[in-house]
Amino acid sequence: MENKGLNKVGLIFEKIDNHEVLAKGFKMTREEIIQEMLDSGLKGRGGAGFPTGMKWKFTAAEKNPDKYIVCNADEGEPGTFKDREILDRVSNKVHGGMAIAGKAIGAKKGIVYLRGEYRYLLPKLMIELDAFHKMIKEIGYDFKIEYRMGSGAYICGEESALFESIEGKRGEPRNKPPYPTVSGVFGKPTSINNVETLVTAMMIIQHGAKNFIQYGTKDSRGSKVFSVSGDTPSPGIFELELGMTVQQFVNEFGDGDTKAVQVGGASGFCVPRKKFAETIIGFEGVPTGGSMKLFNSSRSMYNVLHNYLEFFTEESCGQCTPCRVGCQQLLKGVEKVKKGEAKSTYLNELMKLADTMKIAAKCGLGQSVGNAFKSIVGNFKEEIIY
Amino acid sequence: MINLLINDQKVSVLEGTTVLAAAKKLKINIPTLCNHDDLCVAGNCRVCIVEQKGARTLIASCATPAAEGMEIHTNTLKVRNARKHIVELLLSEHRSDCTKCYKNQNCELQKLANDFAFGDHVFLDLVEDKKYNIDRSSPSFIKDDSKCIRCQRCVRTCSELQSIAAIAVANKGAHQKISSFHDRPMSQVVCSNCGQCVNRCPTGALVEKTAIDQVWDAIYDPDKHVVVQTAPAVRVALGEDLGYDPGERVTGKMVNALRQLGFNSVLDTDFSADLTIMEEGTELLVRLKKALVDGDKQISLPMFTSCSPGWIKFIEHKYPEYLPNLSTCKSPQQMFGALAKTYYASKRNIDPSKIVSVSIMPCIAKKFEADRPEMRASGYKDVDFVLTTRELAVMIKQAGIDFRNIEEAKYDSIMGDSTGAAVIFGATGGVMEAALRTAYEIVTGREVPFGNLNITPVRGMDGVKEASIKIEGCVDAWKFLEGAELKVAIAHGLANANKLMKMVKDGKATYHFIEIMGCPGGCIGGGGQPIPTSLAIRQKRMKAIYSEDEHMTLRKSHENPEVIAIYKEFLDQPNSHKSHELLHTHYVERENY
Repeated sequence: MENKGLNKVGLIFEKIDNHEVLAKGFKMTREEIIQEMLDSGLKGRGGAGFPTGMKWKFTAAEKNPDKYIVCNADEGEPGTFKDREILDRVSNKVHGGMAIAGKAIGAKKGIVYLRGEYRYLLPKLMIELDAFHKMIKEIGYDFKIEYRMGSGAYICGEESALFESIEGKRGEPRNKPPYPTVSGVFGKPTSINNVETLVTAMMIIQHGAKNFIQYGTKDSRGSKVFSVSGDTPSPGIFELELGMTVQQFVNEFGDGDTKAVQVGGASGFCVPRKKFAETIIGFEGVPTGGSMKLFNSSRSMYNVLHNYLEFFTEESCGQCTPCRVGCQQLLKGVEKVKKGEAKSTYLNELMKLADTMKIAAKCGLGQSVGNAFKSIVGNFKEEIIY
Repeated sequence: MINLLINDQKVSVLEGTTVLAAAKKLKINIPTLCNHDDLCVAGNCRVCIVEQKGARTLIASCATPAAEGMEIHTNTLKVRNARKHIVELLLSEHRSDCTKCYKNQNCELQKLANDFAFGDHVFLDLVEDKKYNIDRSSPSFIKDDSKCIRCQRCVRTCSELQSIAAIAVANKGAHQKISSFHDRPMSQVVCSNCGQCVNRCPTGALVEKTAIDQVWDAIYDPDKHVVVQTAPAVRVALGEDLGYDPGERVTGKMVNALRQLGFNSVLDTDFSADLTIMEEGTELLVRLKKALVDGDKQISLPMFTSCSPGWIKFIEHKYPEYLPNLSTCKSPQQMFGALAKTYYASKRNIDPSKIVSVSIMPCIAKKFEADRPEMRASGYKDVDFVLTTRELAVMIKQAGIDFRNIEEAKYDSIMGDSTGAAVIFGATGGVMEAALRTAYEIVTGREVPFGNLNITPVRGMDGVKEASIKIEGCVDAWKFLEGAELKVAIAHGLANANKLMKMVKDGKATYHFIEIMGCPGGCIGGGGQPIPTSLAIRQKRMKAIYSEDEHMTLRKSHENPEVIAIYKEFLDQPNSHKSHELLHTHYVERENY
């Protein structure tokens, strides 16, 4: 197990000469940009961790000349607030990353889908965007970005639901295949990337893949921004090198009484104290889009779970059976067990249901409800029952 | 061709074929629920999940295209366990009062429960938690959300097949439901009452509002004289609910069964369909004369047919500016109703207040039509009760009639005679064909110039059809039409109607006469017809309709002896004052939401 320890990094928010980096990127061929991304091993920073280079490569290979680069800024995972910070502080790098991605895949149009609750950022972002458009015009590159607002639905962070929403339809995930690289927004080949992924791509263009892979581990290259919240004396946004254990993380951010860390938000995994030391934060252990929530011994894990299940019961789009009904059954089921109206063995049935949801739900939302459920019930059974 | 393995058997399919269809090719049956052949893929119930080698999750076979080298297993332990869970989840949010349900024994969820989720159910009942609403506001159907399993077939039907979207998905998560504009009652929205959603609902969430008990009451009431009329499309579909394959004509057995049920007189809507041709054909010719010869700018052309009550309500909501283009003729059902309590009553010497007029229709919009305030020309409610084809089948079963083994019988008289022209009203293009057979002959004195009277260009399942017929050798009275080219168009299903209406509105269409039927395939695909429905089933019914026509001695409406008689004895002539009083109507503008 590769263990890099906890290292704070300052790359994402570093002020750079956008003009210079972009000029460098635009001089590269499409193939060179994609190869650089593949060499960097960059995986999507939204949480799912799909290799960015592959995504760009697939989209680049599509023949339709009408393509899109979409920036997923619908940051909705409970406990994540890093994209807000990035957009607030270095939106020029987000726009730049989109232009680089556009060059790589052959898209002239970019859309930022901004979380509804972040509307207050829009005036500032519009000023930045104008400046950006002027700048790439100066460089002599043709690329236009527009902003579309979300309306508060968690599911619209799912890529295909996000496309539906952009198209003015009800935000519901689509059947896949076809994947976005083939048929994304408006039915066109689309590369959809998280805010932080695009900034990281800029960083890779700036410093080169060779330097980038100095950070992180084989499975989790580079650094990433974490949103730290919960029972911690130092909540906030931190850029850390990938490859630390939960224990190392807790040593830094815990309050001395941490009993569990929820890694990756409501759709992520709950790591109990006894597994802190053996669990790497990253794709080889517990992946995260950035959300790190610490719980100390004053917290009831039943309440934590109940809260997550209420969230999913509310935020499921309702389209597919396993997610729509499954969430309600998990919620009502743990309530019944807690009240003593169902036997504690009923939890075993619910664990099986969570397994079914994982493999039978239509999209990532329903498929990941089981993560939190199984890891909380599995590790804190007594708190759920009594 | 794409080659894949399903349950270790090789199969080659065309690109774009779903895994579900590929499996079907191997005679491997994968259960489905939200899937429907008439509708776009949804992939939301997840009942059809199968295991794909190498895939992280199970895949929905209805929504996944077959890919080269795919290895699929349809019946692994993983699949079986997940499917059982899914069916049980669906049952947990469905009010399973099966024995009290109108759809008992004809429910796709019930069948899945039988096959996959028998025995004790694991999950908690969610029905009581939700304050479900039963909407009985429409005279045509009942929407019971407590039985809804959110497969969205109805939503897809309403938007794709009918281009109305009176119902859509509202809310998300546990609160997700199928709802109308601002949750209004169905009677207060743009719904056409076509019932296509009812035809495709897999459970009892959408069912017709039945009149079976009221009809039994009338039959058993010794003071009442109960007459029944049967629409043309019923006779080619009723068999499906009584053990026959689609496409069997059961006209004679149906007449006998109706008599055995206790109706005092078994009559035929075909009679008034022939009458409709006389009235509507004359109306068209008069409109053409006024527009073409007299130069009357007030005359609205093209003229639209008015037989389909789903279409009528659609145009009232969506294109009210075109209401003057609608033929003023009532539908055959309502013409029949108006005559049953006037002409029939006086000929048979029965007090019209004692007559109960029942119709058997392939349609649930007919229930709404019969309730329209305009439909009381006889001084009474012209049609008291409308039963669907399905409801008639229920009554036949209730009465213990051995349908397969009963003798065939003939319709009673009067108002029981019909022609082949009336029978084909049941299929898209049929009204047009019947009208042309008569109108052409009135104008030219000769039969329509098509082999064996079969006007094939107006037949078939194309969504929008058009044809033109050159009028030559006119008789003296119609000399002004000499050399004119009569242009007609036909649409069936309201999405096609909408397409045609947009063409008319954009001035891209120069038709004189347009036939529109609200349902796919025309009345044979009506919302009151046996469930299930599919293109193949509708094609079989259509074939049966045309074969019924071919078997008739008389095939032109104006040759119907009872029609000739009624003009002589009662109505005087088509579009007479009396006709207008009883057989014509007007329309109302409705809100578009």
